[in-house]
Amino acid sequence: MIELTGISASRGMSIGPVFQFVRQKLEIKEKSLVNPSEELVRFNLAAETAKEQIDRIYKKALTESTHADAEIFQAHQMILEDPELITSVKKKIENEKISAEMAMQQTGQSFSDMMAAMNDEYFAARATDIMDVTNRVLRILLDIAETPTANLKEPSVIIADDLTPSDTVMLDKELVVGFCTAQGSATSHTAILARGLGIPAVAGAGMEALKQENGTMVILDGTNGKVVFAPEESLIADYRKRIEATRTIREEALKYAKEPAKTKDGRVVEVVSNIGNVEGAQCALENGAEGVGLLRTEFLYLEQSQLPTEEQQYQAYKGILEVFGKMPVILRTLDVGGDKEIAYMGLEAEANSFLGQRALRLCLVRPDIFKPQLRAALRASVGHNLKIMFPMVATASEIRDARKVLDECAAELTNEGIPFEDDIEIGIMVEIPSAALVADQLAKEVDFFSIGTNDLSQYTMAADRTNPKVAALSDAFFPAVLRLVREVIKAAHKEGKWVGMCGELAGEPLALPLLLGLGLDEFSMGPPMIPLAKQILRNLDAKEMEKIADQALNLESPDQIKNFIKEKIPFIAEISG
Amino acid sequence: MKEAKIIVDNKVGLHARPASLFVQEAAKYQSEISVYCQDPETKEDRTANAKSILGILTLGVFQGTEITITANGDDEEAAVEGLVALVQNNFGEE
Repeated sequence: MIELTGISASRGMSIGPVFQFVRQKLEIKEKSLVNPSEELVRFNLAAETAKEQIDRIYKKALTESTHADAEIFQAHQMILEDPELITSVKKKIENEKISAEMAMQQTGQSFSDMMAAMNDEYFAARATDIMDVTNRVLRILLDIAETPTANLKEPSVIIADDLTPSDTVMLDKELVVGFCTAQGSATSHTAILARGLGIPAVAGAGMEALKQENGTMVILDGTNGKVVFAPEESLIADYRKRIEATRTIREEALKYAKEPAKTKDGRVVEVVSNIGNVEGAQCALENGAEGVGLLRTEFLYLEQSQLPTEEQQYQAYKGILEVFGKMPVILRTLDVGGDKEIAYMGLEAEANSFLGQRALRLCLVRPDIFKPQLRAALRASVGHNLKIMFPMVATASEIRDARKVLDECAAELTNEGIPFEDDIEIGIMVEIPSAALVADQLAKEVDFFSIGTNDLSQYTMAADRTNPKVAALSDAFFPAVLRLVREVIKAAHKEGKWVGMCGELAGEPLALPLLLGLGLDEFSMGPPMIPLAKQILRNLDAKEMEKIADQALNLESPDQIKNFIKEKIPFIAEISG
Repeated sequence: MKEAKIIVDNKVGLHARPASLFVQEAAKYQSEISVYCQDPETKEDRTANAKSILGILTLGVFQGTEITITANGDDEEAAVEGLVALVQNNFGEE
């Protein structure tokens, strides 16, 4: 039994025989007697065959991967048809009297070196493309199989140094139960492909992995980044049980997607969806959403070159509300500024837009933007369960100011004899630390809170989530953020108000036990996450989670908290991610 | 022979998609077409075949570089016009 540790590149676990993905070495021998005209014919034929191969891969990529993936092969096609490349190969054959493979090898290498020498990520990728194309032509000239997986016959764990885009497209996905690469990282092409296909993968397991013989049984634990070759029977049995348990949860999640999320001890929480348009509404409903926890309204403003009219907004909101009938739909008023800018609004550039005049702050000084939206929302409410939510609130007075504008709109509509529901609930996003700290005061002004964990994390940790250098600090699993969440929920419940969450955290499997334990009433997430989140909640005991959450919030770091949850609730460790 | 000078002003210069569009446009014409530019640092002269993606890429044309497009052949006028128009429109980018 040999156990290797790498990095988790794609979660999940599988068991299967080893299939070593070894590319045959391209050995080019110097020929003593070269007939240039024969070599030219050989080269032309090989280039034609290579074009056909690439065309086939391109078409396959179009049907199963993203368009961007397929474009790589268009680039390969262009390289192969490049006049400078072709002229160089032909000249070498004619003038230096060398073989077609030697000429191709030298030409490809020299162009690739030129690109690599530019010290630029874009050119480095082109250098790889050129070598990929060169090696393809060489394989044809040397009569070597196009891809080593031609011999792949049974479902296996593919072990490789790293895989190129052409390798992965040509793989028969039905026969791959896992990937393990000796090198590579969680962002390598293989890792991205594995995640897209939902196949477990471990990256960077080390060179030892390449020494394992074909057919050896291997356990691939993509969740924990572990690979075990020739495992003992008892370990295989143990993993089979875990794989089976995970599969059951996923299957049940889909089967019961539309059933309520009732915990083991009988607490029912609401699971709703974040959406941004009508298509999202349909998708949310199909996945079992019990309403909308966050209707982003920015789409109407981003799609146009001028402010959307009240009528346009009314029609759009109505369309979405009709999908949900009497289910609750929380409409968030316009949230622009910061990272979302809209040219025609004529907003001044700000040195620090995340701390600038964005969202409600902007709406309060721009009634020309704010009032048409509120009037449209009120009008659309007729016959539905619409709630209105203001983003980016820092103080109680902002809520009163916003309510004043809403009251004005309501009074206008009444005067004009236009109907609207008069018992619409009003809430705010809690995403600024100041709002969280005085949540007891704010709770008196509203009907509900919805915690926006993405912004709450970056403002609490003072770390810009769009800056990769500090983005790791903007993690909602930091105890500082989770403690604010705890205080917000406590303060709201004390005033008899309910609390939802519409940040990414609400759909994160490892966060669900914590949020349930902290007493969150409503979980709002992207439509695809709903079935699994509901199934996880059904398998938890709310009372027990209260204790676990208390203990977790005394830990120091996101890693400690995540590991603690994995340890206490093993089934979540298997399916998270 | 027909010739035109133009400054490449789109964001990425003659790389990535713009480079590929440039080569595809050049391939539409019968004339022999070349692109000349000067290395901004070394002032070294560089020329590439406009129909070669590898040639164009290795020219290293970034935003703000002046290039000279030269065409020689039956449709030299149309070729230079077509390529200049493409560069002028910033390759259809924003």
